Amino acid sequence: MTISQRLNKENTAGYIFISLFIIGFLAFTIVPIGVSFVLSFTDYDILSAPTFIGLNNFKEMFQDPTFWQSMGVTFYYALVSVPLRLIFALLVAMILVRPSKASGVYRAVYYLPSIIGSSVAVAVLWKRLFASDGAINALLALVGLPSDTAWLAQTNTALWVLIILAVWQFGSSMLIFLSGLKQIPVSYYEAATIDGASGPKKFFSITLPMLTPVIFFNLVMQLINGFMAFTQCYIITGGKPLNTTLFYSVYMYQCSFQFNRMGYGCAMAWIMLILVAAMTGILFKTSNKWVYYESK
Amino acid sequence: MSARKNRTVIYHILVCLFGLVMIYPVLWMIMSSFKNSSEIFQNADSLLPASFKFSNYANGWSGFGGVSFSVFFKNSFVICILATVGTVISSAIIAYGFARCNFKFRNFWFGCMLISMMMPFQMIMIPQFIIFKKLNWVGTFLPLIVPYFFGLPFGIFLIMQFIRGIPKELDEAAKIDGCSTYGIFGRIILPLIVPALITTAIFQFMWRWDDFLAALLFLNKPSRYPVSLALKMFSDPSAQSDWGAMFAMATLSLVPIFIIFICLQKYLVEGISTTGMKD
Repeated sequence: MTISQRLNKENTAGYIFISLFIIGFLAFTIVPIGVSFVLSFTDYDILSAPTFIGLNNFKEMFQDPTFWQSMGVTFYYALVSVPLRLIFALLVAMILVRPSKASGVYRAVYYLPSIIGSSVAVAVLWKRLFASDGAINALLALVGLPSDTAWLAQTNTALWVLIILAVWQFGSSMLIFLSGLKQIPVSYYEAATIDGASGPKKFFSITLPMLTPVIFFNLVMQLINGFMAFTQCYIITGGKPLNTTLFYSVYMYQCSFQFNRMGYGCAMAWIMLILVAAMTGILFKTSNKWVYYESK
Repeated sequence: MSARKNRTVIYHILVCLFGLVMIYPVLWMIMSSFKNSSEIFQNADSLLPASFKFSNYANGWSGFGGVSFSVFFKNSFVICILATVGTVISSAIIAYGFARCNFKFRNFWFGCMLISMMMPFQMIMIPQFIIFKKLNWVGTFLPLIVPYFFGLPFGIFLIMQFIRGIPKELDEAAKIDGCSTYGIFGRIILPLIVPALITTAIFQFMWRWDDFLAALLFLNKPSRYPVSLALKMFSDPSAQSDWGAMFAMATLSLVPIFIIFICLQKYLVEGISTTGMKD
């Protein structure tokens, strides 16, 4: 066998093509995960050598009120903002699916926030919008509503400022639902009309079941991202007031890079990984109960 | 007939009103960048400035700490363009391997790719920082660029979907004519997947442009900051509270995104629908 024949064998060729992925996966994912696992059992400030302390990081974590606080905030944020965003996206998609000359413009307008929403520019803007002297209060005053709310300084409103920012970015989910809606055969609806089904009945018996695979996929991906949200909290609130908006990943960042406790940060990362993996696993396990696959 | 017309009018009015609410924050930011700093919060309720002033742009552009925004923009472009080029080249090669070659343990490696797609950056940021620190990469652009030369799962997926839509007969015809696997990739497949490559490039460029956390971790000198990090520093109350200048720079930082959004929306929609629909 000549070299060129050998290179052309499908097995060899396949490995040559994906070799970049394998190298990158090992270097930038597997090795860091391994390092993180080892460090989670150590006390490490990056300057001096790590010292092995067994399970102390984890023991400390479970007694750390800030850890529990940030965990609670993150769960609340993810479990409220992601479903809200999806419901909103589906509602607007149902409205925009109706064909009209302007629907392209509408789609673009609703989609714009999710294109720019994760930028620092919008985070900074949000901070000013909801400042006590910001545009939100000014507009509230204009229509005669109470306008002296310190949105970002009150413990019961600050997190909602971040949730509103997340829901505001429903545009890309809306686009996904729009193309999903267009793929549902019209004949299903026609048959339902002949059988005398009402609008809501059609929605719950045709539209929703047909969209469940798309909803499921987006729910999983967005929940993972929701649990890991960082920039918005870091820039807009910094965890204030009284840590009521302190996201888990921001606390992890503070522990590792501001208090120089890399070992503790790694241990926190592992707890989050286990929780997210468990949640994803549960969602997948329960998916055959509510996700409808046509092929079955 | 007229009842139906009325309903259409109401529909459009409601959808327009809601659309206005949606983009009001962005409009407010753009308009505020033309207002006097004192005017921004005194007249926060009015959208239009008393008179359009461009001084905020001049003030903002001078930056902070002796570094102007021309440096920040240049840094952002260097990082984004190099990372995007790396992503597109590597993802195309890897996607072809997964889509068209039958090799041992393909499903295993594919599973690894799923894992790396689901793995949030926050999970591995601490060890990555330590590794890059040992390599003396911290403070340079390398940590923000090099990892993308090994493929981006989103791009690999998108391009794979695209390659699967190309009839296999094309490959086979080329093979009979004596084309090697590499030749098929370079001469047959590559020219056909250009739209998927553009979509990948656009998304990656926007993500890198917006990226804040990695820049925060790996860069430590203002002269190396990209726009995202510079904006955050610029907006810190301790630095200054020239909000007009801040909004001017925030608006400018979104210009590349706006251009992509207006000119290349077709690709954005396509990318979202193909990767968001998959399960």
